[in-house]
Amino acid sequence: MNQVTVPKPPGRARRLAALVGRQPVGMVFSAPYAVFLAVVFAYPLGLAVWISFHRYFFAAPGATVNRPFVGLSNYTEVLSDPAVRQAFGNIVVFLLVNVPLTVLLSLVLATALNAAIPFRRFFRISYYVPYVTASVAVVGVWLFLFNSTGLVDHVLGPLAPKPSWLVNSHLAMPSIAVFVTWKQLGFYILLYLAALQNVPKELYESAAVDGASRWRSFWSVTVPGVRPATTLVVLLSLVTGANLFTEPYLLTGGGGPAGASTSPVLLMYQQGIEQNHPDIASALGVLLIIGVLIIALINRRFLERD
Amino acid sequence: MKRVYSSAIAVGLSLTALAGCGSSGSTSSATNAHGPIKIWYSNNPQEIAWGEQMVAAWNKAHPTEKVSAEQVPTGKSSEEVIGAAITAGTEPCLIFNTSPASVPQFQQQGGLVPLNKFPGAVSYIQSRSGATAEQYKSSDGNYYQLPWKSNPVMIFYNKKIFQKAGINPDNPPLNTYAQFLATAKKVVASGAAKYAIYPAPTSEFYQPWFDFYPLFAAESGGKELMENGKSQFNSPAGQQATDFWRTLYANNLAGKDAYNGDSFADGTAAMAIVGPWAISTYDNKVDWGEVPVPTSQGIPAAQTHTYSDAKNVAMYSSCKNQGTAWDVLKFATSQEQDGQLLNMTGQMPMRTNLQQTYANYFAKNPAYNDFASAASRTIGVPQLSESISIWQDFRNGWEKSVISGQNSTQQFLSQTAAQADKLAAQPQ
Repeated sequence: MNQVTVPKPPGRARRLAALVGRQPVGMVFSAPYAVFLAVVFAYPLGLAVWISFHRYFFAAPGATVNRPFVGLSNYTEVLSDPAVRQAFGNIVVFLLVNVPLTVLLSLVLATALNAAIPFRRFFRISYYVPYVTASVAVVGVWLFLFNSTGLVDHVLGPLAPKPSWLVNSHLAMPSIAVFVTWKQLGFYILLYLAALQNVPKELYESAAVDGASRWRSFWSVTVPGVRPATTLVVLLSLVTGANLFTEPYLLTGGGGPAGASTSPVLLMYQQGIEQNHPDIASALGVLLIIGVLIIALINRRFLERD
Repeated sequence: MKRVYSSAIAVGLSLTALAGCGSSGSTSSATNAHGPIKIWYSNNPQEIAWGEQMVAAWNKAHPTEKVSAEQVPTGKSSEEVIGAAITAGTEPCLIFNTSPASVPQFQQQGGLVPLNKFPGAVSYIQSRSGATAEQYKSSDGNYYQLPWKSNPVMIFYNKKIFQKAGINPDNPPLNTYAQFLATAKKVVASGAAKYAIYPAPTSEFYQPWFDFYPLFAAESGGKELMENGKSQFNSPAGQQATDFWRTLYANNLAGKDAYNGDSFADGTAAMAIVGPWAISTYDNKVDWGEVPVPTSQGIPAAQTHTYSDAKNVAMYSSCKNQGTAWDVLKFATSQEQDGQLLNMTGQMPMRTNLQQTYANYFAKNPAYNDFASAASRTIGVPQLSESISIWQDFRNGWEKSVISGQNSTQQFLSQTAAQADKLAAQPQ
């Protein structure tokens, strides 16, 4: 059999091909997003890292300011601040409630909405509406429901917690986690609904032939079948949860009671914007990014294995 | 190698050119420059109306130095918007409604023009506002803000709720802490209102200005939170004002939830801590009465100090026509325009002899007299670059100790005072 030999391109052309790939036009198509990433994410991130190693404050253009290198001093200040430690602890509580609840509820509801149930379209829209509604509007309703004189405490009567949900240092953060779970649920249900379309029907039929119950079929067919979607849901809820800001800002009046629902991003806002300490805020932000990356890597290791 | 050198030279030249662009030019030429300017004012309807007539009056008389005016752009707070505008170099020449607490920060950013450089400015400021002007002087001895208007804080009460609770609505016992607490208990126990008073229990750094600070001012006889770089609140006066509020919260006489609305207008709370703006806000909604903030011993109203809730005017450094800006500033704070401000907004211009100067207004609007009297016994916020950090620490400790009762008030005051002293001692 004759072998076809492709002539090797000359050295310069080979180097160019290695640089731009076999389809250089692909670079043209991907360039706008690459530029967007560089300008909106990479540059600010790099600047934040630089700021976190300097004494820095925002100044007017043309103002003469001294911005000396201070090494790890901003990081030391952040890590020795009890408010920061409390905020990181709060976000752990938030994630422990929010992430499992999000995965569980969105998968169960997506499975239910995927089945032939009456009013399916109505339910699908109902779950999606909170996601597309502005937090500011929805928070007003939750305040009405969960404050000390709210509807929930009224219904619970003597069983209502004292102090009430949002002013109780043990319940404020879990209450926020439940609120965020409810608000984001529509989006995650949508992800699971898409994933459920890819689970082969034959697997359910085989399970039924083998006499599997509905629960068994769900556990042994649906759950493994949507594993890639679960990885995505966990990752997205982790990242959005770690960046929590609006809900404690509005629902618990800026992270109350007594800092029990303060999040690291809320502290970054106070430090960087209100108090003009972007150096401290940047150090806090860099630590948060590192923390999220570590959790995301652990998550990937556990959820993406075969 | 040659290429590297030439690139370095090109970059160096570009940077030099850019640095040239960034410089604001000769200071004296900017001070004397005249021409069109831009200003921002507050976004409440009364101040918009005042601002529009002031600008119209100026533009009519000065067609070659037109003023264009806008409301402060919307943001989480005006201070954030102004801070961002300074950083971007897009701030207007003058901002009416600059918060004094933020002025040291704006000064540190290089965003403000010291008004002292205009001939006669110091004597203008001091003759208009008297001794009060001293509160707004920077630590470097300059004025970076012109004291403009105050909203002395007093206690409003709902006469109908008091009557329902069996309290004399024309002369309610609210002078001493003991009287105030007894009245508050009576209101809540009678079911006339859910809470006696409902200052915002939230975490924003400025909330102490509407619960702790007015009472501390009254109890201490007019001390600021920080004086000469030292905290003043870890003192008997601070302790008594703090304990008073803690008792209110511990007895559920004050609300602890973030309130969605106006608790005083809704009748959820029988009392509110407000400035003179409240007169027009609550007219025809609440049958109200007003008293000075309480003190432990009940000092007479004519001697009671309170928080000023002042808003000032500052000139911003990107202003090209600073000569015009200074002239507009004087025009907008003239006796005539201050009279318009009083008439249209009910807020007190920070000028001496207020009640004598506008005697006709106060004769026609007697409800404003007590606020005008209180305006001469007000205190502002300390002029320190770390002022907002100090207030935020104070608020965090207050929430923990006074609202939530998690630690003692002594511990809160001593810890917060130590931290405030440390922050105040930091180099500016």
